[in-house]
Amino acid sequence: MSVAVAETVAEIKARNKELVQEVLKVYPEKTAKRRAKHLGLFEDGKPDCGVKSNIKSVPGVMTIRGCAYAGSKGVVWGPIKDMIHISHGPVGCGQYSWASRRNYYIGTTGVDTFGTMQFTSDFQEKDIVFGGDKKLAKIIDEIEVLFPLNKGISVQSECPIGLIGDDIEAVSKAKTKEYAGKTIVPVRCEGFRGVSQSLGHHIANDAIRDWVFDKMDGKPARFESTPYDVAIIGDYNIGGDAWSSRILLEEMGLRVVAQWSGDGTIAELEATPRAKLNVLHCYRSMNYISRHMEEKYGTPWVEYNFFGPSKIAESLRKIASHFDETIKENAEKVIAKYQALCDAVIAKYRPRLEGKTVMLYVGGLRPRHVIGAYEDLGMEIVGTGYEFGHNDDYQRTTHYVKDGTLIYDDVTGYEFEKFVEKVQPDLVGSGIKEKYVFQKMGVPFRQMHSWDYSGPYHGYDGFAIFARDMDMAINSPVWKMTKAPWAA
Amino acid sequence: MAALRQIAFYGKGGIGKSTTSQNTLAALAEMGHKILIVGCDPKADSTRLILHQKAQDTILSLAAEAGSVEDLELEDVMKVGYNDIRCVESGGPEPGVGCAGRGVITSINFLEENGAYEGVDYVSYDVLGDVVCGGFAMPIRENKAQEIYIVMSGEMMAMYAANNISKGILKYANSGGVRLGGLVCNERQTDKEYELADALAKKLGSKLIYFVPRDNIVQHAELRRMTVIEFAPESKQAEHYRTLATKIHANVGNGTIPTPITMDELEDMLMEHGIMKAVDESEIGKKAAELGLTAVA
Repeated sequence: MSVAVAETVAEIKARNKELVQEVLKVYPEKTAKRRAKHLGLFEDGKPDCGVKSNIKSVPGVMTIRGCAYAGSKGVVWGPIKDMIHISHGPVGCGQYSWASRRNYYIGTTGVDTFGTMQFTSDFQEKDIVFGGDKKLAKIIDEIEVLFPLNKGISVQSECPIGLIGDDIEAVSKAKTKEYAGKTIVPVRCEGFRGVSQSLGHHIANDAIRDWVFDKMDGKPARFESTPYDVAIIGDYNIGGDAWSSRILLEEMGLRVVAQWSGDGTIAELEATPRAKLNVLHCYRSMNYISRHMEEKYGTPWVEYNFFGPSKIAESLRKIASHFDETIKENAEKVIAKYQALCDAVIAKYRPRLEGKTVMLYVGGLRPRHVIGAYEDLGMEIVGTGYEFGHNDDYQRTTHYVKDGTLIYDDVTGYEFEKFVEKVQPDLVGSGIKEKYVFQKMGVPFRQMHSWDYSGPYHGYDGFAIFARDMDMAINSPVWKMTKAPWAA
Repeated sequence: MAALRQIAFYGKGGIGKSTTSQNTLAALAEMGHKILIVGCDPKADSTRLILHQKAQDTILSLAAEAGSVEDLELEDVMKVGYNDIRCVESGGPEPGVGCAGRGVITSINFLEENGAYEGVDYVSYDVLGDVVCGGFAMPIRENKAQEIYIVMSGEMMAMYAANNISKGILKYANSGGVRLGGLVCNERQTDKEYELADALAKKLGSKLIYFVPRDNIVQHAELRRMTVIEFAPESKQAEHYRTLATKIHANVGNGTIPTPITMDELEDMLMEHGIMKAVDESEIGKKAAELGLTAVA
């Protein structure tokens, strides 16, 4: 079939439909039937993207997903900097997830903060056979001696913990008592649970509810509250994202009492039920606890998007709408203040990026959230999909994508390669596992989990870096020196 | 030297597996065979009659003490008892913690890697009650026990367990070479016990290899932590175990792939022999009072 010549929406739709059929052809009948439900295109006016999601990956394909442990330890709990997170089980899970998320934080590592350190119980054969509870208790004791300034401990269960029936809850309770009420949180995020890291987020949220919030019942966090207290929920401070977000909220007169969980602390978590508003960036990983705080403490929450000036302005106004006139006026002032910066960025990069097409495949938020930033630079998203999104994510995506956009849920390595080969976007934004595949195909690539060791991308400051990075990837002279396999 | 015979004794808990296996193996040793017993039960009671001691130090407890199983030597875990029978116990965690099944796997791997099977004619695995998980199926996997002897009695649950174990054997029979050597009935003096055991063996596509009659001398020997073979070598019971040992020795290559039956078939079999009365479907789940039977005070 011809490639990259589709011009009209009707042509694009026809091509995308054909493309989906083409990739399905290679599968056995049963697999093709199952994968067909996850591949499609967005049709204007539909309530979702027409694909099924949050379903077990098909055995035999190369899925890009992670596990429940990754969702809990890697995403939700890991960034809480003044706690020590034990990767409980054999050494590999902790070793290979060690400091890989670039959750920036301030503090003295090894003294009062522990973000880039790795703690593991390093299970041996005898721990499997005889159980690991005694070892866990000993590790907690050792942590208390070696790192006395830690403010809490979480126990991140790897698969064997659930298999051998260790009672990590009992150990946690006993040690909490022994150490004067210290926060010790057992998290049942065994990797085999659920279909992706998504369940790990949920389990981690529930653990905060049960082992942080419920523990505080009757003795709420003590601090002088103001009418302008907000908590940032679902910002993991990748490359400093939460910092470039926080300043905007502060400039409009709000007080950020907590960051969940990038550069966050256990005290901030405890303070959050008393915030006036929770502002939620990553809906997928922290909607659970936001809903819980709304139900139990009456804290309202609002979703926002700090990628690119259009969405930032929209979000600042949306957040301000929950407060008084002063804040609303301040929001306008903030938007105006950064207008010049945005204009300059756009003036510089838009001419270099105008009309360039992008295919995304990321986690639970960015497949839709970053679209506005690309569009501010004149770029177009031609395909997007979630590793572990649910239907509510695909519903939210409809507000971002154009008619006919190719949608791929839990895409397989094979499908993604074929799609990119046929659609020939000017840029692919995905993860480290995908990066070199596409670069070797001659397609410019940016890692959209780690910001490719750059960032921040959130906020106005982040937008400037984002624009520079995308230009750098797409317009690098290196691409003129390579020849894509399909280019004659 | 003849090829190594790897056999295993399975059966419902409390059926007398360890007693039967140790007596039979003692008889085999008496016949001049070199024996290695591998106890695969966390209770570690598979070798007490051979060693005259309550429980020997187990592979897993010694490994836990030393740090890991790699820190152990074969001599640390192997004891020699009656008639030069070599004994090892896998051991395992206390009830309710850890993973005993993984312990069995660890122990057997250790024994194989360290050459425990060299220079013996028989390796016998004594495995706990039922094939509850993959770990306890370890001895019946590829290149392990080729012949399984199921110790059972005329009790319903013992036969039920025998059938279940047959399912485990069937599962591995095609991937590896494991076969059902036969059933050993350890008499409980239930009604028509021999007939039932024989009928079940046939249903399972196997045979009742021996019917071991009940004799109090077994308890007398047991109290002194001895096999009957050693305690009362002239006794009739010792002779029974010798016969069983001879039959097992002659049974090489005669194992079969079992044909497990359904629960219904098992119940039908009991009814056929008049052990269980046929009950009308409509009476299932009804209390005595509802059925107009005399209430038990």
